[in-house]
Amino acid sequence: MPFSLSLGRILAAAMIAAALAAGGCANQQKDLQAGLGAATPGSPQEFQVSVGDRVFFETDSSSLTGQAQATLGKQVQWLMQYSQYSFTVEGHADERGTREYNLALGARRASAVRDFFIAKGIPSARMRTVSYGKERPVAVCDDISCWSQNRRAVTVLDGG
Amino acid sequence: MKFAKPVSLLIRVGLLSAAVILMVGIAGKAMAQLRVDITQGTIQPMPIAIPAFVGAAGSVDELSQNVAQVITADLKRSGLFAPADPAAFIDPVVPPSATPNFNNWKPLNVQALVSGAVSTTGDGRIMAEYRLWDVVSGQYLVGKQFFASPDNWRRLAHIIADSIYERLTGEKGYFDSRIAFVDETGSKQERVKRLAIMDQDGANVRMLTNGEDLVLTPRFSPSRQELAYATLANGDWHVYLLNIETGQQERIGNFPNMAFSPRFSPDGQQVILSLQQGGNANIYKMDLRTKQMTRLTDSPSIDTAPSFAPDGTQIVFESDRGGEQQIYVMSAGGGAAQRISFGTGRYGTPVWSPRGDYIAFTKQEGGQFKIGVMKPDGSGERILTGGFHNEGPTWSPNGRVLMFFRDTGGASGGPQLWSVDITGYNEQIVPTPSFASDPAWSPLLG
Repeated sequence: MPFSLSLGRILAAAMIAAALAAGGCANQQKDLQAGLGAATPGSPQEFQVSVGDRVFFETDSSSLTGQAQATLGKQVQWLMQYSQYSFTVEGHADERGTREYNLALGARRASAVRDFFIAKGIPSARMRTVSYGKERPVAVCDDISCWSQNRRAVTVLDGG
Repeated sequence: MKFAKPVSLLIRVGLLSAAVILMVGIAGKAMAQLRVDITQGTIQPMPIAIPAFVGAAGSVDELSQNVAQVITADLKRSGLFAPADPAAFIDPVVPPSATPNFNNWKPLNVQALVSGAVSTTGDGRIMAEYRLWDVVSGQYLVGKQFFASPDNWRRLAHIIADSIYERLTGEKGYFDSRIAFVDETGSKQERVKRLAIMDQDGANVRMLTNGEDLVLTPRFSPSRQELAYATLANGDWHVYLLNIETGQQERIGNFPNMAFSPRFSPDGQQVILSLQQGGNANIYKMDLRTKQMTRLTDSPSIDTAPSFAPDGTQIVFESDRGGEQQIYVMSAGGGAAQRISFGTGRYGTPVWSPRGDYIAFTKQEGGQFKIGVMKPDGSGERILTGGFHNEGPTWSPNGRVLMFFRDTGGASGGPQLWSVDITGYNEQIVPTPSFASDPAWSPLLG
């Protein structure tokens, strides 16, 4: 095969796994920082770890589950408190769909989160959306344990 | 046997830079009806012998051997021919100027024999000529000469293979064509995707983008050396046109939201694509000359993956307007759409055959991703291949072969290109330097 796992990559993967277990974050560096101590209030680290920067979806759905709405509710509180942040909502799909459809599905998920934020009073000017379709999975295996982590919308703070 | 003087002179202006390919027909008695029967579900490949061509100095050289090998590989990969092993040849070389000794070929049980030569011309070009013989009846079938610059020798071989294919199957060939695809390197989580192009047999790979931005779904212009594709640049997805020869790029339109899933009209003058608006994607048509946009669908659903019928009158696309992904056909002007997929499962990525007779698709059913075809009215559905993940079919220029990508899964796995005959037989992996996805088959370069 064209690729082989280097030792470094295996270590990095192990660290990501540990960080994911600790809270579930988008970025390896930040995960490590977050794992080392309490995040500064109002920091992107706090948003990622304490609030939770992502919500998950059922297969081929963009409906916000009860759990997703709870997480987004906490995000709204935090984003209201720290209004200096603008942010991007990234919509993602799992690998079990076709490419163009998944791009649109990711956009639909990002749009559902955007609509939630706007309904809760966050100005639309603070946010933008982008879909990654199935192009950026966080978990790579061939079963639902991974796919369910990849069906997500992540709120990424600009400059965070 | 005597050859008459060339009776037809056809100048083909090659689309590759500086490739002028000249074809000269060599007339002869062509009465025999040697044919590969390609109308059956299972095909009996025709045994054929292709000895090394005669080189410029009158004996076999590297180039003349390579030309015969490329022709042999093309015909073999098609699944319609069974080239005999040269090790068994009694005559290792047959000069095209001579009538073969058929008694030396009949014991090999071959039905057809190709003799040929490659030489250089006074103006620095190379000339390849071949003759096709019916071994059983001892008859001359067809002969042609082609000229090209030396760096285009593989194209000469592909053009000869197309010529043989056409004479023996009655259908146009597809070997003188190229594949655009997405080259994939790096981990699954941080995949680097680059646009790439290569010959249909995997030779002459060239990267067209540097991998900085994600790229998806390259599609060939039917009339120019140009690709349309989607790329994530400056924070959102846009559709770009890329000139394959000059590398020049141009963004199509300036839309507030995601633009993706482009495809050219058969005349190359328009691009149809999807534009995202909130949770919905709709299909639009842009006139490349006037830049005028026409909205073709208007539904609170995901309408995407549009593809024109070869006569330009209709568009097939996928939509989840009925609750899940299915295939619909509408007029090229938009408006009411007719659902044509009614089997179990979900259907996406429809592509109309260049012959107009079939629509190829990706079907998701029972946890499997399959490649299939159906007639434009939705009847006659046939699944050609299935498995964990098969996606994104593209048609050979003659509508006979489908290429698609297959991913076997796994954390370190990735997609590779495969081809399959429209009968569902003859699955072949297509060689690429790394993982590869989103293949697009060009028209014949002719």
